Amino acid sequence: MEWTRLTAHEAHEGLMKRSFSSLELTQSFYRWIKNADSKVSAYLTLTEEEACQQAQRADERIVKGDEVSELMGIPLALKDILCTKSMRTTCASKILEYFRPPYDGTAVHRLRQNGAVFLGKVNMDEFAMGSSTENSGFAITRNPWDLNRIPGGSSGGSAAAVAADECIASLGSDTGGSVRQPAACCGVVGMKPTYGRVSRFGLVAFASSLDQIGPITKDVTDCAILMNVISGHDPNDSTSVDIEVPNYKRALINDVKGMKLGIPKEYFVEGMDRDVEKAVWEAIKLLEQWGASVKEVSLPHTEYAVATYYIICTAEASSNLARYDGVKYGHRSRGYDGLIDMYAKTRAEGFGPEVKRRIMLGTYVLSAGYYDAYYRKAQQVRTLIKGDFDRAFEHYDALLTPTSPTPAFLIGEKVKDPLQMYLSDIFTIPVNLAGIPGISIPCGFSSGGLPIGLQIIGNHFDEEKILRVAYTYEQRTDWHLKRPQLG
Amino acid sequence: MKIGVKEVEYVARLARLTLSDEEKDEFTEQLNDILTYMDKLNELDTKEVKPTSHVIPVKNVFRVDNVRESLPREPSLGNAPEAEKGFYKVPKIIE
Repeated sequence: MEWTRLTAHEAHEGLMKRSFSSLELTQSFYRWIKNADSKVSAYLTLTEEEACQQAQRADERIVKGDEVSELMGIPLALKDILCTKSMRTTCASKILEYFRPPYDGTAVHRLRQNGAVFLGKVNMDEFAMGSSTENSGFAITRNPWDLNRIPGGSSGGSAAAVAADECIASLGSDTGGSVRQPAACCGVVGMKPTYGRVSRFGLVAFASSLDQIGPITKDVTDCAILMNVISGHDPNDSTSVDIEVPNYKRALINDVKGMKLGIPKEYFVEGMDRDVEKAVWEAIKLLEQWGASVKEVSLPHTEYAVATYYIICTAEASSNLARYDGVKYGHRSRGYDGLIDMYAKTRAEGFGPEVKRRIMLGTYVLSAGYYDAYYRKAQQVRTLIKGDFDRAFEHYDALLTPTSPTPAFLIGEKVKDPLQMYLSDIFTIPVNLAGIPGISIPCGFSSGGLPIGLQIIGNHFDEEKILRVAYTYEQRTDWHLKRPQLG
Repeated sequence: MKIGVKEVEYVARLARLTLSDEEKDEFTEQLNDILTYMDKLNELDTKEVKPTSHVIPVKNVFRVDNVRESLPREPSLGNAPEAEKGFYKVPKIIE
């Protein structure tokens, strides 16, 4: 078996048995990346020299017989929104093209402490704004299952790199579906944890009340392994919650007997892709056969989620992105007339069209006279959406839905119509608004051979329950073992 | 029309963004579409609903005010487009 195909837990076993060293494993990834990434374009930056040094240090620890983490010597890819000390962090934006953070973000720091190897930084929609990775300021990433299609977004580089075996696993970030939707499009596992479960320190801010870092992996076990490392309170992020982190590997129980699963009827609507509907219902029926009780449930405010989300996230983005003014870091325009003009030209040159559009929208909904009509109204509807979930979780352990209404669409298909692009996150957005965890796992393929994702949603801090459902489904099916054919 | 070119120019000024004429026209059209879609929220009566700004019930977070290490000056200024004598350098602010 090719080493690049291994999951983290399989590679850990190989390292422990000395079947290969971390350096050999790391080098085999770079050899494969040189071939595969000419087609997929997942990476923005490769850090081969540093990665080999990290791998050698891991090998020394392993040879010494130290007790090591399951991530020791495991090659990972990081979404380019995560601050990495002295390593270029661009957010796929021209405005941060040469930015080298002077520190590691907390999640990255924890991976480093555990001995993980960083192969490089992967592509994304600029500032995580998008659902296709087409909004990157630098490259178009392609779906490894069909190179004419998008890998999803905004963590499209992460999902494509995992699916194409260009890394073992990756960290992405999810504001409205940006981990789960690309995971679904690329046939891999992606989890958005509960808001506050993972520190956002060193995650470049998009919409602070919605952003969470989450793992993208080849199977559910690897998801639990990464969650064990990145979760937990951090004094540098006062919204990270000080609640004990369970050992998520203990939640990997191959049994759903007696679990109560709800099917929100608003997520199965007219106009949905037939293959997606069929695959998701088949998954639901299997879980029922295996002993879960399955019932329809209503989340009546679902249809208001997209409008609510695009008011809240653009408002927060417009203030978060005010920091890109050409003073402390990033691009500064050369030809300007005075300070204000320097700001305005710097931002005009540095930001791409979608980022400008969202800053404009966010500035408008927060401007004098419109605040109550838009921003306050959206926050009130957010309360109603969260209330729908609160009521559902009084009766259910988890909810099952499609991750995305369609499989991966064609590159260019939705670029000209921002509203259509926004609607591709219709099933993932409510989860961020409510701050609850969700995981997407592969549950089949379309007639055209494109992966389909099943979303499992849990209550606040109930990651263990959704991992259990996901693990049971995965252990009894083989969708997660399928790989795209890349020359 | 919810928003015209004049308003787009006003918002761009607030957001410190220089827009080309094409961008102004494009954003006027697209923002109209998006804002019209957002009107959907007015179907809901929210008079009695409290707004949610934070989903997890957190209280004020305090810590002891101890002196801690901070980033040294060099790497902090290292990404600045212009720096001089330990300061960020900007165009003249007071005319």
